[in-house]
Amino acid sequence: MRLLDERAVEDIAIGAAVLGTGGGGDPYIGKLMAIDAISEHGPIKLLSPEEVSDDDLVIPTAMMGAPTVIIEKIPRGDEALEAFRILEKRFGKKAVATMSIEAGGINSTIPLAVAARLGVPIVDCDGMGRAFPEIQMVVPHLYGVKATPMIMVDEKGNLVMLDTIDNIWTERISRAATVVMGGSAVIALYTMTGKQIKEATVHGSITMAETIGRILRENKKNPIQAMLEYVKGYEIFRGKIVDVMRRTVAGFARGEARFEGIDEYSGHELLIRFQNENLVAIRDGEIVASVPDLITVLEAETGQPITTEGLRYGYRAVVVGIPCNPKWRTPKALEVVGPRYFGYDIDYIPIEERMCKR
Amino acid sequence: MPLRIGIDVGGTHTDAVILDEKNNLVYAVKTQTTPDVTTGILNALRDVLKGSDVDPEEIQAAMLGTTHCTNAIVERKRLNRVGVIRIAKPATLAIKPLRAFPADLREAVGNLWTIISGGHEYDGREIAPLDEKELREAARKMREQKAETIAICSVFSPVSTDHEKRAAEIIAEELGQNFPVTLSHEIGSIGLLERESAAILNAAVISIAEAAISAFENAMREAGLNKAKLYLTQNDGTLMSADYARKYPIRTVASGPTNSIRGAAHLTQLQDGIVVDIGGTTTLVGALVRGFPRESAVAVEIGGVRTNFRMPDLIAIGCGGGTIVRKTDSDVEIGPQSVGYDIVRKGLAWGGDTITTTDVALALGYAKIEDPRIDLNRLKNLDGNFLTRAVSKIISLVENSIDKMKTSPEPLPVVLVGGGGIIIPPSHYDKLKGVSRVIRPEHFQFANAIGAAIAQVSGEIDRIFTLDHMSRDEAIKQAKEMAIQEAIRAGAKPDTVQVVEVDEIPLAYLPGNAIRIRVKAAGALSM
Repeated sequence: MRLLDERAVEDIAIGAAVLGTGGGGDPYIGKLMAIDAISEHGPIKLLSPEEVSDDDLVIPTAMMGAPTVIIEKIPRGDEALEAFRILEKRFGKKAVATMSIEAGGINSTIPLAVAARLGVPIVDCDGMGRAFPEIQMVVPHLYGVKATPMIMVDEKGNLVMLDTIDNIWTERISRAATVVMGGSAVIALYTMTGKQIKEATVHGSITMAETIGRILRENKKNPIQAMLEYVKGYEIFRGKIVDVMRRTVAGFARGEARFEGIDEYSGHELLIRFQNENLVAIRDGEIVASVPDLITVLEAETGQPITTEGLRYGYRAVVVGIPCNPKWRTPKALEVVGPRYFGYDIDYIPIEERMCKR
Repeated sequence: MPLRIGIDVGGTHTDAVILDEKNNLVYAVKTQTTPDVTTGILNALRDVLKGSDVDPEEIQAAMLGTTHCTNAIVERKRLNRVGVIRIAKPATLAIKPLRAFPADLREAVGNLWTIISGGHEYDGREIAPLDEKELREAARKMREQKAETIAICSVFSPVSTDHEKRAAEIIAEELGQNFPVTLSHEIGSIGLLERESAAILNAAVISIAEAAISAFENAMREAGLNKAKLYLTQNDGTLMSADYARKYPIRTVASGPTNSIRGAAHLTQLQDGIVVDIGGTTTLVGALVRGFPRESAVAVEIGGVRTNFRMPDLIAIGCGGGTIVRKTDSDVEIGPQSVGYDIVRKGLAWGGDTITTTDVALALGYAKIEDPRIDLNRLKNLDGNFLTRAVSKIISLVENSIDKMKTSPEPLPVVLVGGGGIIIPPSHYDKLKGVSRVIRPEHFQFANAIGAAIAQVSGEIDRIFTLDHMSRDEAIKQAKEMAIQEAIRAGAKPDTVQVVEVDEIPLAYLPGNAIRIRVKAAGALSM
């Protein structure tokens, strides 16, 4: 067990934006919520998965909805309280902790705020090790964990409990309910035992986000290289954004960004295709990285992550690729989050192999 | 003939220009900036009127930018005690107002806040009805706590202004018609904390702005400008009336660079290109898109507070006419330190002991300055190799910044303005990387004041449209119409108003029935 203070939360927010691969919403609001709660209730207890007993209950928390709504209609702060009460009653025991379902983007910091506000610890793990857009795109889903019973609470106090036949239906129904609730809701789902957490989650993701954030903050000389050494990632490209195209398809911000190489990449071109998150990176017509591996665009000098909404002409950027958690690399996992699910008819090849070939 | 005066107050010089109806330059002067600013403005006004021999009665408008508000916020001095009223309950309680403020600034504005029931959803439904009783109590309490101004921010006020407007009426009933009230939807866009923070900063500089604007008006009267109306330039390069500026002075922040980009556009009649403004200490590089500066896409901090103002997208480099050039063991270093206006004492050519970029330009003979204090013999001992290296460094600093501002590899025209522009050798104008041509317009040294004088009036809207009952095209059409009406309401001549910017952002992670549309329209000031 260790404590997370304001500084740690600041670092986690930066690291979460790197793991967000351009999407998942800006962790800024969740960060301020956590800091607000820490200032009133004190630092957050962080447990390693091993510290949770096999039959203990852990309730992951997150926010669902449009980041554009969340930055305007900030939550009340104690929405998760009622969700915990109902789920604890349903499972017949007190929850010992919360956890993050998504290490990338705003949902890395929301559970921190919940932990601080409710006075429960948070477990050092998450459901993805990155950001993904849909509820079934989590490692627990691959292990047969059900998202429901799921609770959705809005700031007005409306509460919806879902019991669905599978996690795909959970995604459909909860997404529709979010719209009615005003575009955002606090959710509690994928309630798990300590045993399930040990098997069916990505471990160490909070520490990873925190360390990434700390490296980018402290290392002024070569932040990106130092960060890549830590995450065992690769520099895919270094270039200037010369074109960004966006269009809306069924509520998703799809688009692509074109980079023109600089330094040793001069004369080469990189194309990133995104749908909220960065999905595929194509260099001179050849795929160099794809989901579920992480593709993140960093500002060249400071190493600060740039979201897909923030991509714009003229940025000097370094594009990095980070291997995803091995649990995403099975055939079953690739059906859920592989390139084909997102509409790219290509085989997934792990980034280590793609980079090795070069 | 109706004439206008544009004024630019810089760190060294206060410039004033007179323009006629057709935006032709009638006369221009440079005077010394004074510590109190206002005296310098009065001097500039008197000089430009005297020099031009224009009848002061013919001047119909005076336009200027002011740095008073920015300075007060940065220095945390003479700020008003602000009562912050957020209309949002039960939403938003997770982050209190002023939470994102640095502690010293939070104290400087009094740290008085309350959150009351109300606010809207993204589609215009109410989160909760506005609790008027709670609001009246909050208003009275804030008076007891000695609030001098009130800032009001309600959730999704860019979508529905109802609660903020009704709250303003109630505050007026409780605290009096003249009690200063800032409504967040007048200054910021979507993003509650950033908009609220901007509203608080605005409420904090009300008294400072009032004093500065009154002083400007007095200076105008003293200079005999009895018919002229005062306008202030805003951060987006457009104008606001003195009365509006008294209520929303925060909009004056960062108007300077915008004016020089607009001035450069006017002097060259260029719509798209890059503007390089070389001053004494800094070079600013900005992009001109359809006659306006391109706006920055990232959140802008003012005095350490994140706000969502639309600021011009600029690169500032420490390389101007007074920048120090140093010889190192193996190389040459340019800046970022500068001797600034002290160049006339410290510059090598003037008999000082510091080599500046201007000395380099003089030594190589591509720049000429009419100044009896200069003796080129003092530059004779400078090593030729050192000089050429220095010039190529200066050029590559500017080239890199130009390249960073460009949006495509296509070569673009560059407008070179500002007094420090002499440090770029004219022989290199057609050799700059990625540049189609370099234009150094006549009156380049007055680009900033000219930019203020030609500033337009704009209207802007930024809101979410739900597409249940209209198509995307209809939504955009409606947004454009609203922005045009806003511009006319703000004082633009209706037949000159044009849509200058349309931005469309889908609401991510929400099934596709809502988009956020931002439109800006601008037109000439109707006089």
